[in-house]
Amino acid sequence: MSLSAIPDPLQLKTKRSSEDKFFRGVTRGAGLATFVILALIGLFLFLQALPAFESQGLKFLTNTDWQTTGTHPHFGVLSALIGSLLIAIIALIFAIPVSIACALFINDYAPTKLLGVLPLKNFLTAAVDLMAAVPSIIYGMWGFFILQPHMVGLEKWMSHYFGSLGIFQNTSGAYTSSFFIAGTIVGIMCMPIVTSLCREVFSLTPPGEREGAMSLGASRARVIRDVVFPFSKGGMIGAIMLGLGRALGEAIAVAIIISLTFPLNFHVVQAGGNSIAALIALQWGSGGNLGTSALLAAGFVLFIITLIINMIASRIVNSAKLAG
Amino acid sequence: MTDILVEQEPGTAPPKVASPKIIKRIRPREFKPSDVLILLLSIAASFSILWIIFAQLTLLNGALGFVMLWIPTFLFLYWFVNRQMFTRQVAVDRLIGALVTLGAGIMMLPLVLLTIFVFQRGLPLLSWSVLTHTQQGVVYTSTTGNNIGGVAHALVGTIEQVGIAAALGIPAAVLTALFINEVGGRFTKSVRVVVTAMSGTPAIVAGVFIYSIWVTRFHYSGFAGALALAIILLPTVTRGTEEVLKIVHNDLREAAIALAAPEWRTVWSVVLPTARSGLITSVLLGVAVSIGETAPLIMTIFGNQVMNANPFSGPQMALSLLSYKQIKLPIQSQINLGYTSALVLFILVFSIFIMARVLGAQRTKGNGGLIAKIGKVLSRTSTADVSLIGEDSGHEREEVVPHE
Repeated sequence: MSLSAIPDPLQLKTKRSSEDKFFRGVTRGAGLATFVILALIGLFLFLQALPAFESQGLKFLTNTDWQTTGTHPHFGVLSALIGSLLIAIIALIFAIPVSIACALFINDYAPTKLLGVLPLKNFLTAAVDLMAAVPSIIYGMWGFFILQPHMVGLEKWMSHYFGSLGIFQNTSGAYTSSFFIAGTIVGIMCMPIVTSLCREVFSLTPPGEREGAMSLGASRARVIRDVVFPFSKGGMIGAIMLGLGRALGEAIAVAIIISLTFPLNFHVVQAGGNSIAALIALQWGSGGNLGTSALLAAGFVLFIITLIINMIASRIVNSAKLAG
Repeated sequence: MTDILVEQEPGTAPPKVASPKIIKRIRPREFKPSDVLILLLSIAASFSILWIIFAQLTLLNGALGFVMLWIPTFLFLYWFVNRQMFTRQVAVDRLIGALVTLGAGIMMLPLVLLTIFVFQRGLPLLSWSVLTHTQQGVVYTSTTGNNIGGVAHALVGTIEQVGIAAALGIPAAVLTALFINEVGGRFTKSVRVVVTAMSGTPAIVAGVFIYSIWVTRFHYSGFAGALALAIILLPTVTRGTEEVLKIVHNDLREAAIALAAPEWRTVWSVVLPTARSGLITSVLLGVAVSIGETAPLIMTIFGNQVMNANPFSGPQMALSLLSYKQIKLPIQSQINLGYTSALVLFILVFSIFIMARVLGAQRTKGNGGLIAKIGKVLSRTSTADVSLIGEDSGHEREEVVPHE
């Protein structure tokens, strides 16, 4: 069989009309505008934060107090940064197991029609979406007025029995407005986003493998362990990282609950704490021009941290989606 | 093959493989009345055990701590009982089942409690007078007098800010989604990554950004708040729209292209109409999320006490910001107004959410399923495009040039 016997494949070329060129230009412009916005956020925050950076230099990252007025301003973002991290870690400790369990329930366990009437699966999906839309101010109010009194008992118990561990120590005797309570609320706020992303990832498990495992006699628990989890490992990590970004950036709920203190503090069940986003929300409008610049600098730090986390996470999520 | 659920009655002789009588049919998902009894007894037993411990460890008080310890106790007991009565596999399967169901329950609990909370606290004060009055002349320092003011200025502010944000953000978001999904190009992947990353950017960062780029030049205004909300809205709507566009059948696009429809025409007459209901859902969900934002409004609209219906000049108020400011006041009646403001906000979010669901569900309800709808769209657009070809006599057709 000689190659010359096979005719060259027909190739199609298109010439786009001017309308199409316009359409492509506009959509491409919109797509590239997201880059521009992101770049502008970084640029303008940095420019406006320059006075604060100039005033403190690299110490802005290591100082733990916040004195923006007077002849010797002395301020830094370290205690707020560590506070944000503590809150986010506590939030994720609550959010990860609940979110993954709920996503599994919606994906694998929930009957499409409970008792023949209630479309449980759709109902739960809608409820998770609604939870994501509930304003953070309402979460904050609920956490402050309703949840907090119930948390104090648990905190006392923890500090009594595990106080020797250090982080559960309580030296002041005040248990309200702590990292732990703020972290719990932020965890509840992170649950919907982590749940819906995890559910999306779980639903991409190839049905062939799933049914194969079932036909071999695997129980549902085994299917989850040996089929669903291995396929969605990457996506789950991405979802959790996006949840981490959320938790780091939550401002209002934390601002309502926590009472702002500046010394470095690792005692999670003790009153007082700090977080970058809550610091900006609570200190806005006080501290003069340098104070505003310092808050913008704190915002810049928060932006960079969440951007890095989210970039990595969204890469993982997107590649997991493509693989599925 | 130890992991296959083979159940063997305790006490019986080892099964003779040849005899089918004593091999019990295995139903992994079987859940008999006796299993319900085991479940209920485990719940009761774990409650009792914990109650005894609870009474001894007197320091632990409060319902929350109790529930938090109850859950692991129950799970352990349930697993243990099933393990003793059946096999390890059954026990693990049931344990995971209970765990997952509990997870869904715990997830729903805050939503239910939040709703009860916001209605319980906000409803007593909700009245026509509160909805139509502003806080003009309200003195926050005195507890005398019943003048608590109202939320009218905040309601107007919220509607204006979100309206402007939607007008700015939604077209940009839909175009971005079209770029990612329909047009494509070298940057598709990176735009998608950037959009996902942007959707995770903290709301307060959007606020300080608009402060640094806009408010420093043009002062506080409702429009500045709208700009911040648009930045929050953009990635949310883009991602939702992208998901919807992905579902549109490729056959439809190919049919349109085969009929020589130009690209914009394919998108405008085929893709977007097919995705319409999903599009509405994603747009409304984006609006619902952005309407409740508080943090970015602190540094953009600033807040005030009087009615300012002009979003382009002077500070404005918003429902979320009003709640935030009110609950920090030391006067109970003013805190109550904060609750009412939060309730109005919640009702707004909830109605937009319900609207999104109802409009999104219309497709499958009215037209007998997605397939029928696609068929309809296909038939409609194809006739439209045939007429188009007739009119323009091939001017807009893609020129097909055979290679060689």
